[in-house]
Amino acid sequence: MRMESDLNRFRKIVRGKIKKELRRFISSGDLIARQGKKQVTIPLPRIDIPHFQFGDSQQGGVGQGKGEAGDQVGQGEPQPGEGKAGDGEGQHSLEVDVSLAELAEILGEELELPRIENKGKKNIDDKQYKYTGVLKQGPESLRHFKRTYKEALRRAISSGTYDPDNPMIVPIKEDKRYRSYKIINQPVANAAIIYMMDVSGSMGDEQKEIVRLTSFWLDTWLSTQYAGLERRYIIHDATAREVDQQTFYRTKESGGTLISSAYRLALKIIEEEFAPSEWNIYLFHFSDGDNWSGNDTVECMKILDASLLPAANLFCYGQVESRYGSGQFLRDLQKHFGEKATKITLAQIKDRDAIVDAIKTFLGKGQ
Amino acid sequence: MIQGYNTELTPELKEVAARLAKVAREAGLDFFDTSFELVDYKQLNEIAAYGGFPTRYPHWRWGMEYERLAKSYTYGLSIIYEMVINNEPCFAYLLRANDMVYQKTVIAHVYGHCDFFKNNYWFSKTNRKMLNQMANHAVTVRKLVDDVGQDEVETFIDCCLSLENLIDIHSPFKSTPKVRKEDEEDYGRPKPPAKIKSKKYMDTYINPAEFMEFQRQKQVEEAAKVKSFPENPERDVLKFLLDHAPMPAWEKRVLAIIRDEAYYFAPQAQTKILNEGWATYWHSKMMTQLAPLHESEIIDYCDHFAGVVASHPGGLNPYKLGVELLRHIERRWDRGQFGIEYLRCDDPKKRAEWNTNAGLGRKKLLEVRKIHNDITFIDEFLDEDFCHESKMFIYDFDRRTNRYTISGRDFKEIKKRLLTQLTNFGQPIIRVIDGNFRNRGELLLHHTHDSVDLKHDTTLETLKNLNRIWKRPVHIETTIEEVKRRISYDGTNHQIEKI
Repeated sequence: MRMESDLNRFRKIVRGKIKKELRRFISSGDLIARQGKKQVTIPLPRIDIPHFQFGDSQQGGVGQGKGEAGDQVGQGEPQPGEGKAGDGEGQHSLEVDVSLAELAEILGEELELPRIENKGKKNIDDKQYKYTGVLKQGPESLRHFKRTYKEALRRAISSGTYDPDNPMIVPIKEDKRYRSYKIINQPVANAAIIYMMDVSGSMGDEQKEIVRLTSFWLDTWLSTQYAGLERRYIIHDATAREVDQQTFYRTKESGGTLISSAYRLALKIIEEEFAPSEWNIYLFHFSDGDNWSGNDTVECMKILDASLLPAANLFCYGQVESRYGSGQFLRDLQKHFGEKATKITLAQIKDRDAIVDAIKTFLGKGQ
Repeated sequence: MIQGYNTELTPELKEVAARLAKVAREAGLDFFDTSFELVDYKQLNEIAAYGGFPTRYPHWRWGMEYERLAKSYTYGLSIIYEMVINNEPCFAYLLRANDMVYQKTVIAHVYGHCDFFKNNYWFSKTNRKMLNQMANHAVTVRKLVDDVGQDEVETFIDCCLSLENLIDIHSPFKSTPKVRKEDEEDYGRPKPPAKIKSKKYMDTYINPAEFMEFQRQKQVEEAAKVKSFPENPERDVLKFLLDHAPMPAWEKRVLAIIRDEAYYFAPQAQTKILNEGWATYWHSKMMTQLAPLHESEIIDYCDHFAGVVASHPGGLNPYKLGVELLRHIERRWDRGQFGIEYLRCDDPKKRAEWNTNAGLGRKKLLEVRKIHNDITFIDEFLDEDFCHESKMFIYDFDRRTNRYTISGRDFKEIKKRLLTQLTNFGQPIIRVIDGNFRNRGELLLHHTHDSVDLKHDTTLETLKNLNRIWKRPVHIETTIEEVKRRISYDGTNHQIEKI
């Protein structure tokens, strides 16, 4: 398609715009609402070339049709002179489709996220052969019949040996064309993400929205790093249970909080489904930092130390601020693990604007 | 022309096109040979994104336009039926997926446009080999991209496009003033004031002291005039920049290309209503009378026609207004409703029944398509009767309710508003008034304010682009909220001051 290169130039500009606005997109949640299976539709202000032009708000116009003075005209802004044949005036916003992979790439570039290093297992990539081009040399088995024929035909016609009544074409060596391939690395390693969230009474809607936004971006990034991505969702108050994604973001309980219950369940899921030798395991825990008792906190540390941390690539704790939460758990974790811990990252997510930093903290280690 | 696969018309369509061409020519249309191509929607979107041409210089905005068209096609928001370019021969595109009724209608419509391109005065100065010219432009720009770099060229094109509306639509029709020879030769030498030739002894009588004083005065004035730069305010800002802005050669070539294309497209913006009206008038005439459709097709045709002339809520549909006004003219001239007696008659009943069986409608229409553009068309023929019949109104933005509301149906107001909107094809009138402002080589533009202010944010951005080309500070005088102001950009900052 001739349009290809112009389209690519346009996409590049769009990419730049998204990058510029990424922080706003991350904190506003606009994108999640428009998420499809493999791509997101991003609303951008129309990219216009500025002119000396009339401001439109004071400019009325002339119309045709029924109506009394004072009646509203059309809906929203009328666009005088809107025609049909390729008439592009009057379009105010631009919707661009961006694949999730590309979005993740933009996120990675903007937040300078390192690519994830595999833990232990050697074969994170698998080689795949992809036929991408045409060469003049190659093995006969890869001969491109159509292209070879075309070349031969071209030569025959231009040298005058082509006879339409006896259209026989004999390719010579120079005519032959072969497919060429490129080796591309495809990630084969699998990863499992276990999301855990405190749904006790102190977690409000805003806190959950923050969790939702954060996990969308974590998901988007991780899914480009691994071939397969499994997700598990655990909600907990005083007890924990596994739920689907929908329920995860919707549930509101009123009970107290025993964080250890979630950790125990996560451990159980890992033991049953995701053998640490086979899987890259990510644990994300969001809470407002209120745990019922000091004893339970001690219990949590024990589980983390003994089993969760050794099994996981990364354990991330994101503390969302709520009016009721004491925020004690974050301090406890800090105290217990201090600076030395490599597999644990902690972030405090005060409000939506802090999501970006949280993502950076979580994924910045490249584990 | 289009690579890939066969875009030739089917034998059936070829026959239809030939038959309709014959019918159209017999009815008095006169057009260049027209070459149709049958394309699928992807190709059509692509061509439409390129403004009707198969190749354009590389630029991202074609990509944006393509994406927009492709999307609105996918969502079923719009379909392009017809696409035709002013060239000799004319090129037009038919959408492969359309059914026969549409194809016929579109072919007839296209002949209307082609006739208009060939005969309308405002198109008479356009390049009829624009198809080749556009391809040449594309090649030139691609070469520049190779030499200078894609980002540089593209950014500069953005700059030029930002100023592309600053042309003088009348300049193709003006003869260029000749530079007087003596001015060049006597460069820099003061001349004695001009005298009337006389014998020496008569000199004091023929050239008396007062007269010589007058001549001296005149000379001083002339000299002052030459010093002002440009001599007269210049509407063709792009030309002024080409002639005087310090640009490297490649930038000049790009700017010249953008200017060239802007002039090519300008008549289309100037004649939107008349051109579309004319084509619609003819496709309707041909489909229903001259080469009537089969009975089985007529419902589909009507459905299609209703879509073409539908009035958008609040908008003005050029197809509808154009065809209605043309029919109004035809009716008037057929019935002899013109001339001083008719115009002086103010008895509405008499006027309505006026019929001298003059039968001059068709003749008048052919004349209208030859000499008018939208402004003169509306100015001359939009009368009070028509205004009422076609239920025209004006609307304004109501600040209280944040809505556009109908503000009246007064004929004079309507006409005035319509003409204002069409003036300078809907673009503000801007001139270069000083290319050496403050005697510091700064550029001063002047916007002739006519009720509507310039859009502020884009004005600031455009000044930046102008500065990128002029290299020295640039200014524009305009009126903002009824106060005269000068907006300036010096390369780093904007400044707005009262004048």
